[in-house]
Amino acid sequence: MEFKFTDEQLMIRDTAEAFVSEVSTSAAVRSAMALPDGYSADLWQQISTEMYWQALSIPEAMDGLGLGYVELAATLEQTGRFLLCSPLVATVALAVPAIRVAATEAQQQAYLGRILAGQVATLAYAGRQTHGNAIDVRATSTDQGIHLNGISRHVLNGQSADFVVVAAREIFADGEEGVSLWFVDCDSHGVAIKALPTMDQTRRLAEMQFDNLLLTPTQRLGGIAQCQRHLLDSILDLAAIAVAAEQVGGAQQALDISVAYVKERVQFGRTIASYQAIKHKCADMMLKAESARSSLYYAACIADEFLLGTISAAALAEAASITKAYSSEAFFFNAGCGIQLHGGVGITAEYDIQLYFKRANALQSFLGNASYHRERLAKQLLDSEVLS
Amino acid sequence: MKLRFSAADEAFRVEVADWLRDNLCGEFDVIRFRGGPGDEHSFVDERKAWERKLGDAGWTCIGWPKEWGGRAASIEQQVIFNEEYARAGGPGRIGHIGETLMGPTLIAYGSDAQKANYLPSIRSGDAIWCQGYSEPSAGSDLANVKTKAVFDEAAQVWHISGQKVWTSLAHESHYCFVVARTDLQAKGHKGLGFFMVAMDQPGVTIRPIEQLTGTSEFNEVFFDNAICTPGDIVGQPGEGWQVAMALLGFERGVSTLGQQMLFQNEFNDIVRLAKANGADRDPVLRQRIAEAHIGLRIMRYNTLRVLSGSDEGELSAEGMIYKLYWSSWHRNLGKLAMDVMGADSEILSAQPYELNRLQSMFLFTRADTIYGGTNQIQRNLIAERALGMPREPRGNS
Repeated sequence: MEFKFTDEQLMIRDTAEAFVSEVSTSAAVRSAMALPDGYSADLWQQISTEMYWQALSIPEAMDGLGLGYVELAATLEQTGRFLLCSPLVATVALAVPAIRVAATEAQQQAYLGRILAGQVATLAYAGRQTHGNAIDVRATSTDQGIHLNGISRHVLNGQSADFVVVAAREIFADGEEGVSLWFVDCDSHGVAIKALPTMDQTRRLAEMQFDNLLLTPTQRLGGIAQCQRHLLDSILDLAAIAVAAEQVGGAQQALDISVAYVKERVQFGRTIASYQAIKHKCADMMLKAESARSSLYYAACIADEFLLGTISAAALAEAASITKAYSSEAFFFNAGCGIQLHGGVGITAEYDIQLYFKRANALQSFLGNASYHRERLAKQLLDSEVLS
Repeated sequence: MKLRFSAADEAFRVEVADWLRDNLCGEFDVIRFRGGPGDEHSFVDERKAWERKLGDAGWTCIGWPKEWGGRAASIEQQVIFNEEYARAGGPGRIGHIGETLMGPTLIAYGSDAQKANYLPSIRSGDAIWCQGYSEPSAGSDLANVKTKAVFDEAAQVWHISGQKVWTSLAHESHYCFVVARTDLQAKGHKGLGFFMVAMDQPGVTIRPIEQLTGTSEFNEVFFDNAICTPGDIVGQPGEGWQVAMALLGFERGVSTLGQQMLFQNEFNDIVRLAKANGADRDPVLRQRIAEAHIGLRIMRYNTLRVLSGSDEGELSAEGMIYKLYWSSWHRNLGKLAMDVMGADSEILSAQPYELNRLQSMFLFTRADTIYGGTNQIQRNLIAERALGMPREPRGNS
C-alpha cells in the first residue's frame, strides 16, 4: 500500500502546475471568458499538441500515453486550480471514458484517434430535469435507420465540439430502460446547437437539439442492442471523479488566495490574518481542501482498478459519489468563505475569488450535486439487505 | 499510488484475525467491543488480563524494535493489526498510553537504564500508564504548569507537588508521566522536567471526576511531596517541554485506524437501528447517514495519506487536520445516533442512570472536541503551522 504520488506522478503534477500557472493567469482567464467559445483556440492547440493531455488516459494500444486516473486527477487538479478555460474536461473527462467504457475496439481506434488529433468531444446526457440524469432524447428505429429526436441540455463545450456521445432512450422506454449511446458528428444534418448563457463564464454549456437526426447502427457505441444505462452510470462516475479533481484544485486555490489576502490586509493596526476569527475560518477551509483531496486520490485509484476490470461498478459508484459529494461542498465552502475573507473587494469583478465562487457553484450542480450523491450512497447503505 | 496490500501483508492479516478469533472468546467474550473513550471504566480487571494475554502472544507493541520485544512491524502491518483488532471487537486497550506514548518516547529519548526498567513491563501488558499533563490552570495553555519538582540533595530524590487533572485511568495505573517545573523562576515552556512517577506511594491521591455520563474515567491527581528518583527524569531538568511535545508526536499514529474501526462499528449500529425503526425512510436522516459514511471513509483516506508519508517529507497538512476532523465527525455521529433513535433516545436502559452504548457515545463525544487539544487550539495550530498565519498577541500572566 502506498497512498502517495510516485516520482513520475509528481513530475506530471509539477509540469501541469508550471504550465497552467503560466498560461492561465487572471488576465488570460478573463480574455478567454470574452471569447465566443469561452476559450482560446490557440491555447487548446498548444495543450493538445505540446502537452498532449488529451492522450493522458488513452491506452498505449490506442496510441495514447497509457497513464491512469491518478495522473489525470493530478493534472486536472492544476487546471481547476487556475480556472483553465479549455475543452479539456469535456474531452478527457466526459468523451474519453464514454468511448473506453462503451465503444468497440474499432470505434475506439477511430474516435480516440480523432481526439488524439486534437478534436473536441463531449457527452450529451442530460434532459430537462436538472437533478439526476433523466434522458429526454428518443431513439426510434425506422426503415432508413435510427432517428434521434429531442433535446439534451447542459452539454459541456457543446458549441465547439467536433463530435459528441449522445445518450438516448427508446421511444416508449422509461426509468432505467432502453438507454443507448451514439456517436454524433456535431455538423450532421438534424443537429442544432445553441450556446446557453452561463453564470460561470469560464465554462460553457450548450443545448443540443436533435430533429430527425438519422444514424446508422455502426454509430451505436458497442454496436449492440442492449440497454446501456449501467455503462452510462459508470461513464458518469468516471467523469464525476475528474470533475472532483477540478473542484479540489479550486478549493485549494480559493484558500491560498484568501490566505495571501488576509496576510496583507491591515485593520486595527495588525494584519487580519492574526485574528482567530480569520485563522479558524482558514483552518476549516484547509481541512476541507485536504479531505477532498484524499477522497479524490482514493477515487482515482478506484477508477484505475475499474478500468482494469479488477473492481465492480458498485465500488466505482461509491468512490465517485463520496468524492463528488464532498469535493462539491468543499469547493463551494472555500469559495464562499473566500469572498467573506476578502471583505468588500470579494464581491468586485476585479478580484478573482468571485470567479472561483461561480465555478464552485457550476461544478457543484454538474453531474449531480452533493445531495444527489448522498442519496445514491444512502440507497447502497440503507436499501439493501447486506451491510458492508 | 496504489491501494492494495502485498500478499505477505494479507497473510499477516489472516494470522491476526485467526489469533483473535481463537483467543478473544470464552472468559473474554464480555469485553468484546467494550472499553475505549467513554467506556474506559468498564471491565477493567478483564481488560488487564486481556492485556497480559496479548503480551504473552506477542501482540502488544508490535511496532517497537525487536530489541525491546516488539515485532518491528511495518506501518502496513500495524494498520492491518489495528483494523483486524477493531473488526474482531477487541476491547479498548487499557495499556495504550504505555504502548503508544511512553514506550516510543523512552525508546527515542530514554537512558539505557530507563529502557531496561520500564519497557519490559509495558511490553508484557503488566504495567499501566497514565498521562500527567493538564492542570486546573494549564489546559489549552499547557506550558502554564504549576506542579513543582524540587530536588532534595540530602535524600537524592525529587519531590513532586501539585495537581493534575483529566487523568484517564489514573486509579488503574502503575505509573504516571508528569510534566513539572524544575526551575521555579522560569515561566512557560522553560524550566520544566519530564518525570516518571510511581502511583502507589503515600504522596499520590486520586479523586475520580463524575462526568455527564454518570461514570468516571477522568480523575484529579494530587501530588504532595511524591517521590521520584533521579533516574526517573527523561532528558535533563529544563528539557521537559521538548520531551512532552515529542511524546505527543507519537500520538497521531497507526492506532487512529483502529479508532476508525470502532467508529465503523458505531456507524453500523446506527444503520441497523435506522433500518429497524423506519428512520431509513426519512429523507433528511438518509442524507445525514450518507454524510456520516462519507466522512468516515474520508477519515480513512486522510490517514492512509499520512501513513504513506507526505510528498514533501515534512509534517503534512493532512496530518495536522486529523484531530479536528475526527472529533467533529464523531460529535456529529453522536447527535445522528440520537436523531435516528428518535423519541426513544430519551429513555435509559435502567435506573438510576444506565445509558445504552449510543446514548453514552452521544454524551461523551462532547469531550472529543475538547481533550487532546480543543478544536479551537487545533485550528490555531493549523493556521499558524500549516498556513503561516501570525500568532495572536499573548496576555501577561
